[in-house]
Amino acid sequence: MTDPQTPPAISTPAGLASIAAVTAHLASAGYISTPEISTAVYLAHHLRKPVLIEGPAGVGKTDLARSLALSMDMPLLRMQCYEGLDESKALYEWKYGKQLLYTQILKEKIHLLIDAADTLDGALAKLTGFQDLFFSREFLEPRPLLRAMEQTSGSVLLIDEIDKSDEEFEALLLEVLSDYQVTVPEIGTIAAKHPPLVILTSNNTRELGDALKRRCLHLHIDFPPAELEARIVRTRVPEVSERLLAQLVAFIQRVRDENIRKLPSISETIDWARTLILLHADSLDPALVRSTLNVILKRQSDIAEIAPKVDALVGTAVRDVAETV
Amino acid sequence: MEQTLTHYIRALRAAGAGVSTTEAIDAARTMDVVGYADRGVMKTALGTVLAKSVEEKALHDRLFDLYFHRDAVAEPPPQDEAASQERPSEGGADDPDDTDAADAFMDLAEGKDAGRTAMALEKAAQAAGADGIRFASQASYFTRRMLEQMGVKALEQRLIGKLGEHTPEADAEARRMMEARAALQTRARAVVDQRFEMFGRAATEAFLNEMVTERQIGALTRTDMERMKHVVARMAKRLAVKHARRRKVKNRGQLDLRRTLRANAGHDGVPFDVVWRTKRKDRPKIVAVCDVSGSVAQYVRFLLLFLFMLREKVTDLETFAFSNHLEDVGPILQSREFNAAMDHIVMHVGSASTDYGVALEDLETKFGEVIDRRTTVLILGDGRSNHANPRLDLFQQIADRAKRVVWLCPEPEGSWGSGDSCLLRYRPFCTHLSHCATAGDIERAIDDMLLAYD
Repeated sequence: MTDPQTPPAISTPAGLASIAAVTAHLASAGYISTPEISTAVYLAHHLRKPVLIEGPAGVGKTDLARSLALSMDMPLLRMQCYEGLDESKALYEWKYGKQLLYTQILKEKIHLLIDAADTLDGALAKLTGFQDLFFSREFLEPRPLLRAMEQTSGSVLLIDEIDKSDEEFEALLLEVLSDYQVTVPEIGTIAAKHPPLVILTSNNTRELGDALKRRCLHLHIDFPPAELEARIVRTRVPEVSERLLAQLVAFIQRVRDENIRKLPSISETIDWARTLILLHADSLDPALVRSTLNVILKRQSDIAEIAPKVDALVGTAVRDVAETV
Repeated sequence: MEQTLTHYIRALRAAGAGVSTTEAIDAARTMDVVGYADRGVMKTALGTVLAKSVEEKALHDRLFDLYFHRDAVAEPPPQDEAASQERPSEGGADDPDDTDAADAFMDLAEGKDAGRTAMALEKAAQAAGADGIRFASQASYFTRRMLEQMGVKALEQRLIGKLGEHTPEADAEARRMMEARAALQTRARAVVDQRFEMFGRAATEAFLNEMVTERQIGALTRTDMERMKHVVARMAKRLAVKHARRRKVKNRGQLDLRRTLRANAGHDGVPFDVVWRTKRKDRPKIVAVCDVSGSVAQYVRFLLLFLFMLREKVTDLETFAFSNHLEDVGPILQSREFNAAMDHIVMHVGSASTDYGVALEDLETKFGEVIDRRTTVLILGDGRSNHANPRLDLFQQIADRAKRVVWLCPEPEGSWGSGDSCLLRYRPFCTHLSHCATAGDIERAIDDMLLAYD
């Protein structure tokens, strides 16, 4: 077993050499990063610690892992958490069917092995000398966590929506997250050949345990400020005109200040931009906004709250943009 | 610099962030990786390592600016130089070598070497125990202690001597000394104030929060109310975490034969996967029935605020308010901002005199179906029914059907049953009846209630 305090040196890919390099690489994959995000990723690699990302839905938590894998040219192993997720789905499982077949074969072939021995003692000695294959790597079916340990050239392991899983599962993760190893009682400890870059995301539906939090770097991604949001939308929807982009971002930013249950996130802004382009819109007008409100607001009560205010909100958004131009 | 980091972590802990030893080690490793050159990078990097929630992050951002702003002034000199600078703090008030101490003080005050002055201030702050400051009112005390550490007593003695001489030169000298003392005092005060921001503010906040928690809800002032909101939010969060347990319990030893057979059909019926029977726990279901007539309204406000903050945990919540009739106030509370909704409720429902009998009748006939064997009925009221029929029969029916009936009464136990109070007649049907005067009491009551579902 390796000492977790002095991990063997691992190669640093070019994309993780400095904080600026992380930002640049992520940008090449179409992900607009902030200093906080880049620093967290950079530290995650150099301190060998997982990153726990919290924040509202749709601000690009999962996307960060995807873009990282893409830009660093590493495989992405994704594990979606849900209530009832257990080790047989996350770590490993035995291939029962094959194990059964194996015992069948063993039954048929055993005489070949033992026939040569004359006495019972001799047969027993032969049997103990015989390698036990029943619990061995051949019959082990790796699940995402174990698969990540087996990658030889680095990988990104995404543990999505960890808050949806049970508390027992959190405890299960601790060994993987702090020592990058998986223990299979029948076989022993399997240590990672090349520790993966681990990203955990949480929507904060429940408080995570302290033990888990302590093992992770913490990153909170919130709704972006207008300027950053405009840059993100421009990368994702390049065909949008500057005027429309500035107006729709200003509008979304104002909607987020309103008293509604589910605030529109970046993914909704992007969807909305695509919708408006499909409708050949060149600038915002109240009628258009009202008819596409269901793209950015996902609750009937929220739509009812915003619909009467559309005129005023569009007015201020358009005016804001006109002033800055 | 290592020491600066540990000291900073101590400041974070004093401010209420739970920084463990592992995180402290991580912080040191982080500094090895990112270096001390760029303060912005340092701030975000330490933020990801040390702060593990949004609140802690805000705390870190505030403290980092405070703390490392100080460092910009007190650039720590190399080790060998530090040794030679021991002198000013050693030449303290008790030092017999007074003239030296006074000279050193003047040197520092006139700021010939800015780095040295800052360093001496730092040392004096440490010697005076300025980190131990808890309340703003202690600031002058610690400032004086710091000045004494830097030798102000010797200076004052010399000052008295000079003032006694009555010559123009001596007067000028004395004026110079007084100015020097004032200058250093201002700087020492600034250091103490900064320490208060770092170490004291959190303690003061905690103290004030504890105060409002244990104060009678009826006696809260307006400023207390604002503080109360945060306190209640924190309490609710604490309860939610405490009761966020699994909802299923494995019944070890009891084989679920049906599910075991089905799970192992693929293995030719050989039971590899053994499935045990599980018991599913009830989710909390709370029906809050609140008396919103004048005297009790304030308490109701807190109870409902508390319950609403717990919505994450208690998804099944029905709220009713009554005085002489009963209304379902859930929709109003959901659609409006909390305070506005409460004002509306108190105005429209709470304006008449209380009649518990009619309220129970309304609850049973109009909303009877919300109470089943999973429900905890939570009643907040003084039980004063203005001599109307208390309808004990209906109350018994409700109590029989519900899982638990919890009654919280703002009046102390001594006055239960006095005058028009029917509390003692309701009492036999309640699972739990208690006096509830402070926010702390409400927390305990709700804690008990949720415990029944764990």
